Amino acid sequence: MSDTATSDHATTTGMSHNKLAMWVFLGSECLLFGALISTYLVYRGRFASGPAPGDIFDIPFTSVSSFVLLMSSLTMVLALSAIKRGDLRNNRLWLLTTALLGSLFIGGQVYEFTTFFREGLGYTTSPFSSAFFTLTGFHGVHVSLGIIMLMSMFISSLRGSLRKEHSETVEIIGLYWHFVDIVWIFIFTVIYLVPSPTS
Amino acid sequence: MSTAEITEEQNDVVHDDDHDHPSDSKYFQIALILGVLTALEVATYYVDIGPALIPVLMVMMVVKFFIVAAWFMHLRFDNSLFTKFFVGGLVLAVAVYVIALSTFEFWSKG
Repeated sequence: MSDTATSDHATTTGMSHNKLAMWVFLGSECLLFGALISTYLVYRGRFASGPAPGDIFDIPFTSVSSFVLLMSSLTMVLALSAIKRGDLRNNRLWLLTTALLGSLFIGGQVYEFTTFFREGLGYTTSPFSSAFFTLTGFHGVHVSLGIIMLMSMFISSLRGSLRKEHSETVEIIGLYWHFVDIVWIFIFTVIYLVPSPTS
Repeated sequence: MSTAEITEEQNDVVHDDDHDHPSDSKYFQIALILGVLTALEVATYYVDIGPALIPVLMVMMVVKFFIVAAWFMHLRFDNSLFTKFFVGGLVLAVAVYVIALSTFEFWSKG
């Protein structure tokens, strides 16, 4: 863990290279999710004989999930704020809360996928279903990886190996978490709230 | 509490070794704004606002995006090179996929 505490290192650019690398990675992730969102938009009207998006989306349920993920960004930034102050107890509390909110979001996604499947929307039912499950599934995998990273930091903190001087590690994982939230802001509006075709 | 600390709290900005960042109370205020914007977005599902729907949704989405990036991701306070890399990827993605959607005649077919 100590080798990640580089915020006070002298670097050739005068800034943290770890953080720079994360921002470059997030910039490239825009291309990945852009591709998946565009593919969905192209295929959302091609639902063949299966359920159409407008028939199957549960907006009230997804709204609650979106709110949960949005609030997890608040708890993430509070975790960072706490470790920067050297307040390790609150840092652990907010890290755990963020992981729990993320898990709640994933639980909601599993419930949504299961419900859709029961209503006849499988992965290969139609081009719409394939694009939808690929896009939201990829996002879900990103959230799940974020939860694993949050829990790793939580366990490191319990073991005493995550301290104030490692705040940059929390900041970098926080950047990833906020990015996942930003992607959902796009998905929630473009896929769920913009009126979808009905059968 | 020193005079300097009081001034910092009044400005809702905390200084540390790396860079400035907002205070916890400021983060709560920002989360409240994001929550209200989300509620307004969801309200458009229940209230018919006609042809203004999609532009209104897009504006709220972009505002939420910039609030999270600027305040929670600290782009507002960090080195501008981070912003350039992120915005560079974002602009490239939007340009590439607007062109891709155009080749599929998405804008005319919907």
